[in-house]
Amino acid sequence: MADLEELYREIILDHYRSPRNRGELASPPALRAEGFNPLCGDEIVVTLDVNGGIVDDIKIAGQGCSISQSSASMMSAAVKGKNISEVRKTIATFKTLMSVHEAQLEESDTPEPEPIDLNALGELAALQGVVKFPVRIKCATLSWNTLAQTLDDAGV
Amino acid sequence: MSLDVATLRKDFPLLDRKVHDRRMVYLDSAASSIPPQCVIDAMSTYYETTHANVHRGVYATAEEATRLYEHSRKVVGGFLGAPHPDEEIVFTKNTTESINLLAHSWGRKNLTAGDAVVVSIMEHHANIVPWQMLAEEIGIELRFLQVSDEGYLVLDDLDQLLEGAKLLSITAMSNVLGTINPIKELAQAAHAHGALIHVDGAQSVPHLPTDVATSDIDFLSFSGHKVLGPTGIGVFWGRRDLLEAMPPFLGGGGMILDVRTDGFLAANPPQRFEAGTPPIAEAVGLSEAIRYIQGIGIDEIRTHERELTSTALKAIDDQFGSRVIVHGPPAGDLRGGVLSLTLEGVHAHDVAQILDSVGVCVRPGHHCAKPLMRFLGVPATARASFGLYNDTDDIEVLLEGLEATAKLFA
Repeated sequence: MADLEELYREIILDHYRSPRNRGELASPPALRAEGFNPLCGDEIVVTLDVNGGIVDDIKIAGQGCSISQSSASMMSAAVKGKNISEVRKTIATFKTLMSVHEAQLEESDTPEPEPIDLNALGELAALQGVVKFPVRIKCATLSWNTLAQTLDDAGV
Repeated sequence: MSLDVATLRKDFPLLDRKVHDRRMVYLDSAASSIPPQCVIDAMSTYYETTHANVHRGVYATAEEATRLYEHSRKVVGGFLGAPHPDEEIVFTKNTTESINLLAHSWGRKNLTAGDAVVVSIMEHHANIVPWQMLAEEIGIELRFLQVSDEGYLVLDDLDQLLEGAKLLSITAMSNVLGTINPIKELAQAAHAHGALIHVDGAQSVPHLPTDVATSDIDFLSFSGHKVLGPTGIGVFWGRRDLLEAMPPFLGGGGMILDVRTDGFLAANPPQRFEAGTPPIAEAVGLSEAIRYIQGIGIDEIRTHERELTSTALKAIDDQFGSRVIVHGPPAGDLRGGVLSLTLEGVHAHDVAQILDSVGVCVRPGHHCAKPLMRFLGVPATARASFGLYNDTDDIEVLLEGLEATAKLFA
């Protein structure tokens, strides 16, 4: 089934089998937030060290399905070493990628999203197959929402 | 197989569905069963020929609707072995509402701070949270029976837990493990300690013979939509003397004898517990579903599902060995047709997603039983559950899907 192959791209399975930046940083000083998906029981803990506006280090803990875990792993790789405004921009771009379908489903009057530069997303673009499986979008966005929460809580 | 499933399947139009160009293999009856055509027809016919509000009008259709609605109590009561169906069968929204009725009405009247209610860690949240809400509100103590590694209730400390308890509220069959609990023995123990027993029959009533009189229980709850009936209707059965002593749950029309500016007089059971317009068409559908089950025979259904469970457990073990864990007891008298699977290295959500691609409907997640999932040490399982309309062909497609999942994640 073509859709299924698009969902479970090799790069996604690779991040699931060998998650990057796994673990937890000592908090404090690291910023920390937990995210839950009550529907499937997935849990994510994001800890990150921010120094001089740069994400020096980030670790991901918790457990969940291949989509939530690989998305978290890819996210950690994508934001590590970036400055906060770049991180915010990546979060926004990724969420736009995921929300295209969500917005259609909810028939919301959300304005048409900006065209997405898939090249700028790098590996993360592999997750676009998720939008064909609406139930799984929350799996893919769990770690991103948790990261955004961490930044919001810290006011950075 | 003891049932002629190929013929029976023709009664279930939804089973003709194709999903992803495959035959739909429905293995989620523990979540909700599929209704036969006769249930759909009974409800359509009711709306086409009879519908009116019950217990109100004197015109012909209103009387017919009332008669159909009240007759449903007799059908349900007969199925449960209830001695006084007209007074003991209360229609609710679902099992959850039935248990909330018990907690709010019987619980608030009879429990005070420090009183104990005993449940088990294999309960559905519907039989935990209402009691936790009472614990917060009036300070009752909630005690938990534990589960053994094999998935059976641990009864060693039953007497100790029941000491001073007012109620044992327990599932007759686990919606995760398929464990069938010894209700008669539990009822004896509860009564010996002066406690009452409520049975959550959501999983047992559709699949096992139920007799409230011989099992000597005090209260029973179950849902219409798991017993081949429609959603939106549940049943609460209580012993007549107990119901008579219980205050109303929801207030409004239909549950009163009189209302004055300075108060109201509650109606007798079961109307006392049925405020507002009840689920009339749903009651018609539910009684038709029960007649359908009685036509096949609940013993025959149990035998069929036990064979199916045994076949599936063996086939999974033969093909996957230690790569797949099926939680719960081995096949046999104490095992219902619920198979919660853990596939090595693969999250339940992914298992269910790939099974969907071959048309297999299973449920991933914690199955509203988080205390049990914590005990099992798994965040989620993929649950396949049987109904009378499943056969060994369905098991083969399940195995095909599990093999595809294992291969993708290898």
